[in-house]
Amino acid sequence: MTTLARSPLASRGSGLHEVECGFDIARVRADFPILHQQAHGHPLVYLDNAATSQKPKAVIDAIVRYYEGYNANIHRGVHYLSERATAEYEASRKTIQEFINAARPAEIIFVRGTTEAINLVAQTYGRANVGAGDEVLITAMEHHSNIVPWQLLCQEKHAKLRVAPINEAGELILEEFEKLLGPRTKIVAVGHVSNALGTVNPIATIVKMAHAKNIPVLVDGAQAVPRMAVDVQQLDCDFYTFSGHKTYGPTGIGVLYGKLPLLEAMPPYQGGGEMISSVSFEKTVYNKVPHKFEAGTPDISGPIGLRAAIEYLQRLGMENIARHEHELLSYATEQVSQVRGVRLVGTAKEKAGVLSFVMEGVHPHDIGTILDQEGIAIRTGHHCAQPVMTRFGLDATARASFGLYNTKEEVDALVRGLEKVREVFA
Amino acid sequence: MGDLRDLYQELILEHSKTPRNYRELKDPDHKAEGYNPLCGDHYTVFLHMDGDSIRDVTFQGSGCAISKASASMMTQSLKGKSRAEAEELFERFHSVVTGQSANGDQNNLGKLAVFAGVSEFPTRVKCATLAWHTLQAALEGKQDAVSTE
Repeated sequence: MTTLARSPLASRGSGLHEVECGFDIARVRADFPILHQQAHGHPLVYLDNAATSQKPKAVIDAIVRYYEGYNANIHRGVHYLSERATAEYEASRKTIQEFINAARPAEIIFVRGTTEAINLVAQTYGRANVGAGDEVLITAMEHHSNIVPWQLLCQEKHAKLRVAPINEAGELILEEFEKLLGPRTKIVAVGHVSNALGTVNPIATIVKMAHAKNIPVLVDGAQAVPRMAVDVQQLDCDFYTFSGHKTYGPTGIGVLYGKLPLLEAMPPYQGGGEMISSVSFEKTVYNKVPHKFEAGTPDISGPIGLRAAIEYLQRLGMENIARHEHELLSYATEQVSQVRGVRLVGTAKEKAGVLSFVMEGVHPHDIGTILDQEGIAIRTGHHCAQPVMTRFGLDATARASFGLYNTKEEVDALVRGLEKVREVFA
Repeated sequence: MGDLRDLYQELILEHSKTPRNYRELKDPDHKAEGYNPLCGDHYTVFLHMDGDSIRDVTFQGSGCAISKASASMMTQSLKGKSRAEAEELFERFHSVVTGQSANGDQNNLGKLAVFAGVSEFPTRVKCATLAWHTLQAALEGKQDAVSTE
C-alpha cells in the first residue's frame, strides 16, 4: 500500500511551484500491477486515463474478496453471506457519500456509469418536468453522453435543446450561458471537466446563475472526480454523476448523486425487484430512495471495488493527486508545444488532466499508431465529442490524459515519440 | 506487430502527402460517401462510367495517411477496369490487408501490394479499406453514406 511521504501541505505557501508530490510516485506505481509490462518491446506508458484509468491492487483484491468470500444477493437474504454482502454494498454507498460530501447516503444511487446516470435523470426528472416548448441548456463542450439523452428527451417532448457557446481557448462564455437561461429553461446539464479539451468549468458560478432563475443543474463529473476534490454541497448542484472506471475503480459501476427532495419527487427509472415496497396487480408501492432507482439485482462487486478505489484515493489525498496531475499537465503542455508543428486544442486557463493536440501534416490516427509502437497509449479521434471537433474545425485530435501514476519521464517519452512521428512523416 | 516502416512505406507517405485524382468530378455517374466514425475519416468517391467500365474515378475528403494513400492509389489502379474487375481487385486487396491472402494475391496487386504491411496493424485495416468500401457503394448506387462501423 502507498504511504504519504510527508505532510502533503508542507510545501504549500512557500511560493515554490516545484512542491513535493504528496506521495511517493514509485510506491504508487507499484500499487498498479498492469503498469509493469512492455508494449511492443517498450515500457508501457499509459496516457489514456480519460478513457479509463488503471486499477490499483487494492481494488482488484476487494473484488476477489467479495467473490471468494461473501458473494450473495443483497437486501433480501436472511443468511450470513447475504447480510455481509448487503453491509459491504451499503458501506460503499456511505464511502461515496463522504467522498463527494453528499448530505445523506440515500442521495447516492448506483448506476452503470455516467451515461446511465444522465439517462436516468433525463428519463425521470426530465420526462416529468420538460414539456412542449421548454428548453434544456447544455454547453458546446459536452461529451455525447451529456448531449444525446437530452436530445432524445427534447424530441419526445417537443422541447428545444439550447447550447451555450465556448471561446477559442475552449472556455464556456459565461455571459452567453447566462443569457440562455430563460423562462422556459427546465434544466441545465454541464460537464465539470471537458474530456476533449481539459477545460474545468466554474460549476459553483454556473449553479448560482441557474438557481437565481430556479433552474436545477446536472453536472457530468466523469473527468472531475478522479482529478480533484469534489464537494457537491459546496457546488450546490442538484445532480452530479461520475463513473467508477475512470476513478481507478471497476467498469460497470457509476454514481448518480441527487438532492433528496428531487429524488423523492422523481418517478422511478426501471421497474422490477428491489425498487418496490409492495406489488399487486392493481397497485405497486415503490421503495424508498435510493432503492427506488436500483431495480433488479445490482452490480454488487462494482460498488465494493469502487469503495476500495475511493479509499485508495483518500489515502493519497485528492489535493495531492490534483497537484501532481497539475504539475504533469503544465510540464507536458510546455514540452509538447515545443514539438515542431504541434498545436494544442483547448488552452483554457483552468484545465485538468487532458492534453489535446494536432500536428501539422499528420493525422491523429497516424500519431496514435506510431506512439503505440513506442509503447505509448493515447487516444485519437473525436473523443465522443464531435461538436467540440466541429467547433475547432477538426475531424479529430490526439489526446494524452494523465493519471495519478504518470511521471515526467513518461511525458518525456511522449515527446520523444512525437519526434519519431515527425521523422516518419518528414 | 510489424515494423512501422512496413506500414508507412515511402510510396504510401508520398501518396498521402500528394494524393492523385484528388478532385470532384462534374456530373458523376456515381458518387458515394464513406465515413469511419471511429477516427472521423471521411471521403467522397466520384465515378464516370463508360458502359460497364470505369472511365474516370476521383476522390475528396480527409483522413489519416493510410486511408488517403489507399484512396489515391485505388483511383490510379481502377481506370479502364470493368465493374467485375474492380470488385475482384478489392477482394484481393482486402485479403492482403487482412492477412488472409494466398501468396499469389500480392503479386497480382501491382503497386497496391505496398499495403500488405497493414495486416500487421489490425486497427488500421478499416483505414486502408474505407475508400474501397466507398467505391463499392458508389458502383452499387447506394445513397446513404457507408460506414466502417
